[in-house]
Amino acid sequence: MRRIPGVNAPAAGGMAVLKPFDVQKHVPDGYIFTRWVANLPWWTPFLVLMVMAIWPTLAYAQSRYSTAEAFEALWRWMPFLIKSGFFFNVLISLLAMAIGTVAGAALGLGQISLHRPVRAFAWFITQLFRNSPWLVILFIVLLAFPFEISVFGTSVRIPDWIKGVIGLSLPVMANISEVVRGAVQSVPTAQWEAAESLAFTRRQVLWQIILPQCYKRMLPPWMNWYAILTMATPLCSLLGIEELITLSRQAMESEDNHPELLVPFFGFALLLFFLYCYPIARLTIRLERKFAVKL
Amino acid sequence: MTWTSDQPIISLKEVHKSFGDLEVLKGVSLDVMKGEVICIIGPSGSGKSTLIRCINALNDIQGGSITVEGQEVHDPDLDKLELRKKVGMVFQQYNLFPHKTALENVMMAPLKVLRQNKAEVEARARALLKKVRLEGKEGSYPGELSGGQQQRVAIARSLAMNPDVMLFDEVTAALDPETVKEVLVTIKDLAAEGMTCILVTHEMGFAREVADHIYFTDRGVIVEHGPPATFFSEASDPRTQEFLSQIL
Repeated sequence: MRRIPGVNAPAAGGMAVLKPFDVQKHVPDGYIFTRWVANLPWWTPFLVLMVMAIWPTLAYAQSRYSTAEAFEALWRWMPFLIKSGFFFNVLISLLAMAIGTVAGAALGLGQISLHRPVRAFAWFITQLFRNSPWLVILFIVLLAFPFEISVFGTSVRIPDWIKGVIGLSLPVMANISEVVRGAVQSVPTAQWEAAESLAFTRRQVLWQIILPQCYKRMLPPWMNWYAILTMATPLCSLLGIEELITLSRQAMESEDNHPELLVPFFGFALLLFFLYCYPIARLTIRLERKFAVKL
Repeated sequence: MTWTSDQPIISLKEVHKSFGDLEVLKGVSLDVMKGEVICIIGPSGSGKSTLIRCINALNDIQGGSITVEGQEVHDPDLDKLELRKKVGMVFQQYNLFPHKTALENVMMAPLKVLRQNKAEVEARARALLKKVRLEGKEGSYPGELSGGQQQRVAIARSLAMNPDVMLFDEVTAALDPETVKEVLVTIKDLAAEGMTCILVTHEMGFAREVADHIYFTDRGVIVEHGPPATFFSEASDPRTQEFLSQIL
């Protein structure tokens, strides 16, 4: 590379040069978490495996329960933990994401409504659920929702896991609402004017011209929130919902609660989440880069 | 009041427009007859673009009146959509819909707004693209077209609504010098066919050639106007003379 004094080489006079401040580099964006996951090296799972293997030997060298026995127990429980546990986490995340996306899209459109009260209401709901701790929302939903509702005279029980899905979908809804609002507002106003000058109604402009241009730029942040949501599903174990973490605890209990089991079992849970979310995170960051340039 | 074609198709009377404290139009009046081509020229910031954006109600006004075919544009009860079906507009930055092909851009408004028959609309859209000399580009996306080509698609898109009046807002200002001509030729064809056109432009040679009447604006007022033959040679106001001396 050619050396340019004052740019990538000391200036002739040796005077200090104030370089332009790159704001983008210093402002956190909505992808901190996903970017962190995507930037983990490929050998992360092996590192976790190693810790899982070494931990029992190191920490409980005195104990008579060996590493081999701990792994043998894990091996026996593995199919159950994956099928009944992790797949249930995935199911919860998919349902919560579906509900959160639909509700969030409606709320996001509410935030750009021409009606002031609608706009204010949508803004308030968005801010409320975006800035509340997820666990608090989960507990409120769990305690506030009736455990059964009557539909046409017959009472239907609402299982706890459905409440968990609803509880998790609320913060997702609020964040998707912001994604939708941001994407709509990122379309140049000239597009609105061009469509309006062709006698499109506001509703037509939004649905035919503006939103179709938004789907692409909404995809990366949407996937970002899906990864975050998936990682948050173990919160449901605090509500007693039988997902991966709850089942792991129960499995350890039935294996006589040897402390040596802790790291292998929870390490295994960590691995499962990593293997599921890592590809999503990589794809998200790739799409985000690709679409960022093309706007 | 019913409008007849011997009355001005567009009439502005004492139009005032402010953005906050900044008064951009300070009492502008002008009349355009059907089939006339008028050019509005003047230094940047003199309110030219604002003026024509008021005509299809993209901007509101604070005082005066604007009528299109006898109908008051800034009547709160006015059906803006009906107005905009009559008044086509072409923008400096083309503003094509980037997610649609050239043909789809032209077809969209007649299909969705006028709810016309698809086969008819498509035939008309193809004919319009041919008319603006873009045969063979029907399937191209705006991102694949040059500035001049995009601008011609934008003109075809406006024409597809069969407007009575066309507004051109500095349509060649963002173009390369070599593509300016192809857009101007298209507009000239339109003018020759009798389309009523209002152009905001910096192309003096073009204004002289196509315009029936030229208006010179400065600081929110019309300083001077006249047919091109006399306007360019006999401008009397010092502001007009200064502007012309800088440009010509």
